[in-house]
Amino acid sequence: MFPYLPHEDAISAPFWAATRERKLVIQYCSTCDQHQWYPRAICISCATENLTWREASGKGTVDSWTTVYRAPAEGFVPPYVIARVLLSEKVIMLTRLVGIESPACDQVVELSWQELSDGRALPVFG
Amino acid sequence: MKTPVIVGAAECDLGVTNKSILELQAQGVTRALADAGLKISDVDGIATNAISRFSASSLADYLGIEPKFTDSTFAGGSSFEMYVARAYHAVASGQCNVVVISFASNQRSAKSRSLGGVVEHHTPEAQFETAYGPLFPLSYYAMAAQRYIHDVPNGRAALSEIAISAREWALLNPKAYRYGSASLTDSELESADLISSPLRASDCCLVTDGGGAIIITNSEIAKNLKSKPVSILGFGESTTNTSMTTHRDLRVTGAKQSGDLAFAMAGVSRSDIDVVELYDSFTITTLLSLEGLGFAGKGEGADFILDGKTRPGGSFPLNTNGGGLSYCHPGQYGILLLIEAVRQLRGECGDRQVANAKLAVAHGTGGILSTNATVILGAN
Repeated sequence: MFPYLPHEDAISAPFWAATRERKLVIQYCSTCDQHQWYPRAICISCATENLTWREASGKGTVDSWTTVYRAPAEGFVPPYVIARVLLSEKVIMLTRLVGIESPACDQVVELSWQELSDGRALPVFG
Repeated sequence: MKTPVIVGAAECDLGVTNKSILELQAQGVTRALADAGLKISDVDGIATNAISRFSASSLADYLGIEPKFTDSTFAGGSSFEMYVARAYHAVASGQCNVVVISFASNQRSAKSRSLGGVVEHHTPEAQFETAYGPLFPLSYYAMAAQRYIHDVPNGRAALSEIAISAREWALLNPKAYRYGSASLTDSELESADLISSPLRASDCCLVTDGGGAIIITNSEIAKNLKSKPVSILGFGESTTNTSMTTHRDLRVTGAKQSGDLAFAMAGVSRSDIDVVELYDSFTITTLLSLEGLGFAGKGEGADFILDGKTRPGGSFPLNTNGGGLSYCHPGQYGILLLIEAVRQLRGECGDRQVANAKLAVAHGTGGILSTNATVILGAN
């Protein structure tokens, strides 16, 4: 179980609510026809608030990765693999890779979930 | 408009000091003022951070002065190169006459450094990144290094060369934490603990106390001082990201913008530079900065340094005090880049002195390659 429970706010609440149903949703700007990550109050291309939530395909590639050998805080149990995954929606998320023995840059990965203790979940990839 | 110059530079105690932050700050400031031939009562500007929430006020009060100019821009290790730009404008305009730029940390004595960094729960990073458990800032640099090694032949060897070169310089600097140790060997590098792959302990900066100060005044006041003034020829900066996900290409940093601005202002070219001081929080930081600043093309930094040209006696003297890797890393190393550049230009560096050094670059990075700031200095 992950030891850190992220705070959420009015802007990010839809994202976290969707994780309870194991759905990865990302903000989409209909004016610019592009996604953005992380959730914000405005579109960083056109500065409007014309943002909706779209479910991501869950497919991506590993931009880069690192195996962490020391715990950043109490409750984390290394080693584990942190990665930047480029989603097919052309946004990069920080995440973990799970169940991959030898990760590699540019490797194709798919969405999976790790439960948080309050019923929400963290999107991870494998 | 007045012409700002640097007239003093000094370190506070380094290493393991068992002193408070403000005691170390007072040391650095008074030593730099003594170096310049100025008194605390001459100081009417302060730029500093990381003392408290009200860092400049804290230092002014501790020193017993009431400055006309303060700045506490918080941009990690690049803050001090940014302060040079801020102080330059303040002195040029006449807002104030004598600015002290200072920093001190007792992080090793106080055991105040955490591998997870400082988490501020309301930030987007805390919401969307902290839960996964990256080391902060280390794991971001590790991912940049991983991508570099994936893309560039000899990438891993080049990272090691940065560490080896820094150690060689430190062996010539009596104030370096690793002075009196030995050259780094291949077996040491290969057996060093992995912290966040591919970065090993030997790729990571020291965790020490330390800091120091530099003094900026105008050239009129400098005429009557004993020290040899150093010219501020150019500066530039770039602020790019706080999230680990903002940058599409981990190998491209704000060093390009900050370097281009600084070189354009100075009116000098890369090949004119005699001494280069680049932040080495991690070995990858220096490699990416070398490329970003245009000393080598993108992906060409590895081959550029692998002939050993950055080591003592080489054609490209780099991190001549031993750097954050082998000399001193008090959390925000940027002030020490400036102090070494000033000393090299004044010809005070003893065994590690670069012959006939006329132009120097000091380049700071902060956060997770979040900020870059470049300063170009010239000897008089």
